[in-house]
Parts: sequence; structure tokens; C-alpha cells
Amino acid sequence: MAQLTGAQPAAGLRIRPGLLKRIDVPQVVVFMAAASMILIVILLLAFIARQGIQLFVADHVPFTQIFSPTWQPDPGSGPTSFGILPFIAGTLFVTGGALLISTPLSVGLALFLSEIAPKWARSIVQPALEIFVGIPSVVWGWLGITILVPFLSGTFGHKIVVSLPILGQVFSMPGFLTGFSWLAGSLVLSIMILPTITSVAYDSFRAVPQELRTGSLALGTTRWQTIRHLLLPSAMSGVLTAVVLGMTRAAGEALAVQMVIGNSPSMPAAITQPVTTLTSQITLDMGNTVFGEPWQDALWTMSLVLLVISVASVVMVRMLNKRRMGS
Amino acid sequence: MTSTTGRTLAGAGTPAPKPSLRRRSSRGSILADKAATVVLWGTGAFVLLLLGAIILHFALAAWGVVSPSFLFSDPSDSSLGGILPILWNSIYMLVLTMLIAVPIGILGGIYMSEYARDTGPLGYVTAAIRFAEESISSVPSIVVGLFGLILFVDTWHWGFSALGGALALTLFNLPLMTRLAEQALRAVPAGERSASLALGATKWQTIRHVVVPLAIPGLVTGVILTAGRVFGEAAVLLFTSGIGTPAHYNFGNFSLTDPSSPWSPFRSATTMSVYIYKLQSEGLGAYVNQIVDGCAAILISMVLIFNLGARLVGRVLTRRMTAA
Repeated sequence: MAQLTGAQPAAGLRIRPGLLKRIDVPQVVVFMAAASMILIVILLLAFIARQGIQLFVADHVPFTQIFSPTWQPDPGSGPTSFGILPFIAGTLFVTGGALLISTPLSVGLALFLSEIAPKWARSIVQPALEIFVGIPSVVWGWLGITILVPFLSGTFGHKIVVSLPILGQVFSMPGFLTGFSWLAGSLVLSIMILPTITSVAYDSFRAVPQELRTGSLALGTTRWQTIRHLLLPSAMSGVLTAVVLGMTRAAGEALAVQMVIGNSPSMPAAITQPVTTLTSQITLDMGNTVFGEPWQDALWTMSLVLLVISVASVVMVRMLNKRRMGS
Repeated sequence: MTSTTGRTLAGAGTPAPKPSLRRRSSRGSILADKAATVVLWGTGAFVLLLLGAIILHFALAAWGVVSPSFLFSDPSDSSLGGILPILWNSIYMLVLTMLIAVPIGILGGIYMSEYARDTGPLGYVTAAIRFAEESISSVPSIVVGLFGLILFVDTWHWGFSALGGALALTLFNLPLMTRLAEQALRAVPAGERSASLALGATKWQTIRHVVVPLAIPGLVTGVILTAGRVFGEAAVLLFTSGIGTPAHYNFGNFSLTDPSSPWSPFRSATTMSVYIYKLQSEGLGAYVNQIVDGCAAILISMVLIFNLGARLVGRVLTRRMTAA
């Protein structure tokens, strides 16, 4: 027995260098560095989900209540109601507005860069876009506050009425008043997502084989006809990917939107009126609430919604890419 | 034959293609082509004009605000004051974040470029890493900040700290750093690897002494681009490194643990972007607009410097290395 225990360490010593040699240490280290991102995603999902369900688990708020349009989180001013529908609607509408403005502009810009621009123009516009990407969101928000918002309230501050000679009044909308509005948010976002949509759409236009272009032009079509009937249809899934990525960025943007949107927690009424979004309400309220109270738990539920939206968009982009590879 | 071409090109369903009509339709399509060309050139001009206007706007706004005394004195309630502690925090957070993010990002990039397999059982791991990479990139920055709040501030009881902010920034920017490093390493020609392996070098020796040195221009560009994003980020830091106005910093206090030392990572650290957000949301003080304009101008200049720097450094390094 004593002899055996004496022999064991020696055997162990002899095995250990062999084991070390068999384990490729650098490979393990670089693998751990790369795999840390899996760990981050799991932790992120776990922590946000755990906090996000507290509203239902700890505070016993019925799940259906979050779909109510009434946001009254302060127990000091009457019975509470944690309807986050205004925020979801606000996020959807503001993002939708940004996409409506930005998509034609960005796709046009991508077409310009890939089909029309001579080399010198491309070598100016592309670095300019990279600088757009780098401009921090608070700076966009500040530009919105100091330039866009005063412009909107100064120019369209009063009731907007469109009248025709015989038909009379055909359209009317309340004016901007302060300028902090749905439209201001959409405009700021549309510039912020412009580089995202442009660069992804540009890549998908470049991926269309050159032979298709020359073939089409040889049939006597003009450049615009080639773009319209050949390039856009062939690059459609790439353009859709670009739009989804732009949408993800717009829906997740917090500070710039919060600064110009007016933050009124009611359902969006008109593009001239203040609205609010998931991100801006979280930004505003998180610092003013106490950990564990239902008000803050509702904010965590909203961030869980944001997280679900972003993961869903990753899945959507992957499906679009698969379709592109398949066809 | 001619009629069908004429119809599809003009997009109009005229049944009897008279010669005159056909000529008009082709003139129409040429006109449409001209119009489209003008419009598409317009989009390019729009971007350039907008960028020029923004830079000009901040150059004018910062005129008379940004000066050595603005950069190097403490904030003040009664006068314009300065932003020294905030500027210091921005640089401090940048360095701290890059110290954590760059090694992990480059090592991860080495795995993805040199070791990762797309097939076999390890292929699933590679796919999972790529999915994680894309997911983190698409998570809103405010949610990453909230994750930092719950993990570092609440669960680990660090309070608002520079270290918590830097870790949150790291995990937010790790996908970008990893992807840029992977691209830089993949751009190294396969022949270089084969030659090194044929000389009897191990895989790691090849990576360490052949692949990584050749990829340095791309790696440096990647580091600078990531740094640019880290420098301007605010939403991640609101709830992790804090949003107060720092008082006077005593730079002679080199303690790494004393919460009042500017060198300590265990203190709250308001950066310039967060400061902009704070000032505009409170709107207090007579000089708020000037201070915010000054900070924004500095941020824009840094964006320009980071972008041009990444290009320049990449180009210079490539030239020097290919010439040597």
C-alpha cells in the first residue's frame, strides 16, 4: 500500500507532460476568446429574461395587461396599469417612418456607388459614409434638438391645412407646436441608418455578375432599364437584408430618438405629435425608479421585448441570406 | 419582335406600334434614364453636402468655445468652465476598454480565421459563434447597458464604475473587433502559411511569426475603427459608469483602488458623450449650449481623426511592410 502510493506521483509526473503536449494550448486559448461571445449571449439573454419576467412573477401583473394602451406606472397617482403598447407602437411607427425616408435614399445611393459613380466620386462618398457611421448618437440627437426641432416648429408650427380651390379643405393636421415629434425622430433615425442600408445594399448590387449587365445593355436597354428590371430584382433579397438591418438599428437606437421625440406615453396620433418608444422610455425612467418596484420591472420587460426583436431580426437576416444563396 | 421590345421598354401596352409611337417611347426611356442618372447623382451629392454642412456647423459652433482653457480646466457652474475631468474619463475609458477588448478580439479572430471549421462536430460550434457574433451586434446598446447595470452594478455591487463601463463596452464591441481581426488575418495569402509549414514550423509558430505580422496593417485599422466606436458610445455607459458631473480630479493621486483617484477603475466615470446627454436633458446653466457644442465638436473631430487615422496608418504600414 505504502509502496503503491509512493509510485503514483511518479507515474502522474510522467503522464502530465504527455497530456500537455497533446492539448494544443494556443488553440484552446484562441478558442476560448472566440467562444466567449457565446457565453456573453447566454448571459445577456438569461439576465434580461430573468428581470423581464419579474413584472409577471413577482409583481403579479396579468400578462395581458402589457397589451393595454394605458401606461400609468406610478402607484402614487391612482391604480397602476403597465400597458407597453404605446411604446411598441411608437417604436414601430418611428422606425417605419425612418425606413420610408431612408430606404429610397439609401438604395439610390447604393445604386449610385455601384453603377454610376466614377472612381473619384466613389472615393469621396464612401469615406463620407464611414464618417456618418462614426458620428455618435448623442451628436445626432443634439443636431436634432438645435436644428431640426426648431425648424419644424418654426415652419410648420401651426395647424397644417391643405385646401384646393373647388374641393375646399382636403387635408388637415395639427401643427408641430414644439417640434419634438414622431417626424423629428424618424428624420434623425433615417440619417443614422442610411450608412447601414447603403453598405449592405451596395454589396448585394456588386454581387450581381457583370455579364448580366453587359448582356442586358447589349439588348439595347438603357442603364436605368438595366437597373430597374435586372439589378433590383436580382439583388432583392440583399436589399431586404439591408432594410432589416436598418430596421434593427433604428428600433434599438435610444439616445438620439429620446432627445427629439417628445416622450409622450400615449398612442401615436400624428407625425407632428410627440410619441415615445421602448428605448426612450427605458432611458428616461430607469434612473428614476427603484430596483424591484413594478415600474422598473416593466422597464425590464420592455428591454426583453427589444432583445427578442433583435434576435428575431438576426434570424430573419439569416433566412434572407439562405434564400439568396439558394437561388 | 420590335413591338414587344418597344412595349416592355416603354412599359405601356399600346397595341399598334406605329413608328412614331415607338420613337417616342424610346425617347421616353432615354429621358427616364437621364432623369434616373441625375437623381442618383443627387443622392451622392446629398450625402456630401450633409456631411459638409454638419462639419461646418460644428466648426462654427465650436468657434470661441473650444480653447486650451476649455480642454484643461474643471467644470464650473457660473462660467463656461472646462471639461478636463470628462475628457480624461473619455480617454481613460477608451484605453481601459481597448486593453480588454483588443487581446480577446484578436485571439478570437485568430480562432475564426485559422482554426474554425465549418464542417464536422466543430462546425456547429463555429456556427454558434457566428450566430452569437451577429446577435450581439444587433442587440440595442441600451440593452447592453442594462445588462451591465444588472450584472456589474446590482449583482456584483460595484456601483457605477469605470471598470463596469469598460466591460460593458468590451462585450458590445467584441464582435466588431473579432470580425475585423478575422478579416485582416484571412487576407494573408495561403501561400505564406504553406511555406512556413513546409519549413517545419508548427501551426502556432506559423500564426505567431508569419500570419499575424503580415496582418498587422489590417489589425491596426481594426483597432482604430473599434476605438472610434468605443469613444462615442453613450447608451452603454449611462447605467454602468455613471452620469454625474465629476468634481476636480487630483492627478497626483496614482492609487488604483482609491475611489477619489482619477487613475482608479473603481470610480464612476462620465465620458464626453454621456456628458452631452446629461447636459441637454437637464438643460440647466447659462452655458449648456456652448459646452455641448464644444463637446460635440470634439467628438466629431475625433471621429474624423479615427477614420482618417485608420486609413493612413493602414496604408503606411502596408507600404512599409511590403517594401521591407
